[in-house]
Amino acid sequence: MTHDPVRLYRTVRLIRRFEERAIELVRAGEIVGGIHPYLGQEGIAAGVCAALRDGDLVTGTHRGHGHVLGKGADPARMLAELCGRVTGLNRGRGGSMHAADFGVGVLGANAIVGAAGAILTGAVWARRRRGDDLVGATFFGDGAVNEGMLLEAFNLAALWRVPVLFVCENNGYATTMPVAGAVAGTIAGRAAAFGMPATVVDGQDPEQVRDATAAAVARMRAGGGPELVEAHTYRFDAHHTFEHAVRLEYRPPDEVAAGRSRDPVDIQGARLPPAARAAVDAEVEATLAAAVAYALASPPPDPAAALEHLYASGLTARTGGG
Amino acid sequence: MPRLSYRRALTRALADEMTRDESVFLLGEDIRVAAANVTSGLLKRFGPERVLDTPLSEQAFTSFATGAALAGLRPVLEFQIPSLLFLVFEQIVNHAHKFPLMTGGQCAVPVTYLVPGSGSRTGWAGQHSDHPYSLFAHVGVTTVVPATPADAYGLLVSAIRCDDPVVVFAPAGALDVRADVVDLAPVPLGRGVVRRPGTDVTVVAVGHLVHDALAVADELADQVSVEVFDPRTLYPVDWDGLVGSVSRTGRLVVVDDSNRSCGIAGEIIATVVERVRLLAPPRRVTRPDGAVLPFAPALDRAVQPGRDQLTAAIQLTMKDG
Ligand SMILES: Cc1ncc(C[n+]2csc(CCOP(=O)(O)OP(=O)(O)O)c2C)c(N)n1
Ligand SMILES: [Mg+2]
Repeated sequence: MTHDPVRLYRTVRLIRRFEERAIELVRAGEIVGGIHPYLGQEGIAAGVCAALRDGDLVTGTHRGHGHVLGKGADPARMLAELCGRVTGLNRGRGGSMHAADFGVGVLGANAIVGAAGAILTGAVWARRRRGDDLVGATFFGDGAVNEGMLLEAFNLAALWRVPVLFVCENNGYATTMPVAGAVAGTIAGRAAAFGMPATVVDGQDPEQVRDATAAAVARMRAGGGPELVEAHTYRFDAHHTFEHAVRLEYRPPDEVAAGRSRDPVDIQGARLPPAARAAVDAEVEATLAAAVAYALASPPPDPAAALEHLYASGLTARTGGG
Repeated sequence: MPRLSYRRALTRALADEMTRDESVFLLGEDIRVAAANVTSGLLKRFGPERVLDTPLSEQAFTSFATGAALAGLRPVLEFQIPSLLFLVFEQIVNHAHKFPLMTGGQCAVPVTYLVPGSGSRTGWAGQHSDHPYSLFAHVGVTTVVPATPADAYGLLVSAIRCDDPVVVFAPAGALDVRADVVDLAPVPLGRGVVRRPGTDVTVVAVGHLVHDALAVADELADQVSVEVFDPRTLYPVDWDGLVGSVSRTGRLVVVDDSNRSCGIAGEIIATVVERVRLLAPPRRVTRPDGAVLPFAPALDRAVQPGRDQLTAAIQLTMKDG
């Protein structure tokens, strides 16, 4: 847990600039397949991860760069992964939507909406059973709260009192579907149905997210069961970068303007003396310049090894005839 | 010599592995009281911490097991109905199976999915009678279908020790098989076995159908010398062992309880003809395309591969060349 406003700002700023540099690399054709930008939502990953310990476990989403970076993955290896390089976190086998760094407790971004909650619940349960003192946080969007597998995970975690923080990033839309068109009842109400405490926070304020997380995590570490945090936020950019070419109309311009007016980078940045903020900005720029250079200088994986790592047992897939 | 039933062989495998390895534990529905008569006695021996009854939440507990495996445990899941594998196909195929590759080798997912009573159970009708092993072979999840008590023991042990997800189909048609068993030992994954040597035709039989193939081979013994090959593992298949057998006999018939289109029999025939020049066109005996098992016993039987069809297929193959 860090109370340091500078460190929190640094994470928010790092994720922001990472995403902006990644979008440039999408445009340049260096990142194929595009990305789901986390722009505008940085305060959530930064705030939650600031309240976690190194040994705690996390799972992320298709919009997952912030979760991976927030937990402490190396931005250079993360960017190399996005560029499909062999030096990437996943050796170029995962890309944007599957970035994982088990070394810092990130059991992966997961591209299937609502799927990761049960996986993290099992992992936290297993590690605690072996005596490790840790908790987990699993991120998901407002779209996931109608997925049966996530609701099953709520039940299992609450029933078996597994200390997992379910973090809902409510950015108002699942792709183009507004929350009002998709969610009966409320998101926090789903937690109540399983007997889980729920806290609703302003996801644009990194400190508010951090403090709510810290309080929930403290209860969980003291023996409490899972909790839910619903963080209200706004996605500043496209659902996915494909929208940069294909304009989809589903968010009124004044809503976008209002949403963008509450920027977590500025909200947290304003808590720093200008000189300190400028120093962090410069440091982040240097880190990302080095990350971009590292990614672009890294070799792609060898196509002959395309199915390497498919089987942990060493089984190899049959390729050609016989 | 002690007689061992197929079910008790599964129980012994679970108990032996739980004894040998603290990280092995069981999850499933009604397994504490052993409703499927496989986990009998295990709650008493190993306690509730290692024999977990789950709520009816197959998707959650299947992915829960994935997470537990990522964290170093070796879960064994029991499913009450083979079609529940459709419900958790996503969790097995899209998550457990894909994690090692997608993470670039950062993890292993050693989970065993055990289905006691796969295929027809006679009278359980459409939604309880599936045999979806070919689906798992298609996606590349290690898949075993033991035919005998010794293999039920040995393959389940190997599945639990394997560092990848493994689906273990225990066919309903084999659960009551008993055999004299001298030594129980692990059976390596991916290794088939010749159940009966012969010289005229190789019959590849999957799971419980091994016993039908042996019976047919005996019936035809004065006309045809039938070799019965049991692949045991359907992914990865023991291609070298199979090709060795067919190279000797020159003829191939496959009997497989899958629906015909895209079933494992098609893959077996395709691979063999890529590697061996046969004396006669190969044949397969399967469920029909798109089959759903109807309820009435005569209809249920009519849709499953049977001994008469197998006999006819062998005779046709012999006539063809
Ligand atoms: C189970 C599932 N259904 C559909 C999709 C396609 N899809 C990817 S992201 C997305 C929207 C998700 O919305 P939300 O959970 O609110 O997250 P956000 O994109 O807003 O961060 C959809 C429909 C998917 N990946 N997984
Ligand atoms: Mg959303």
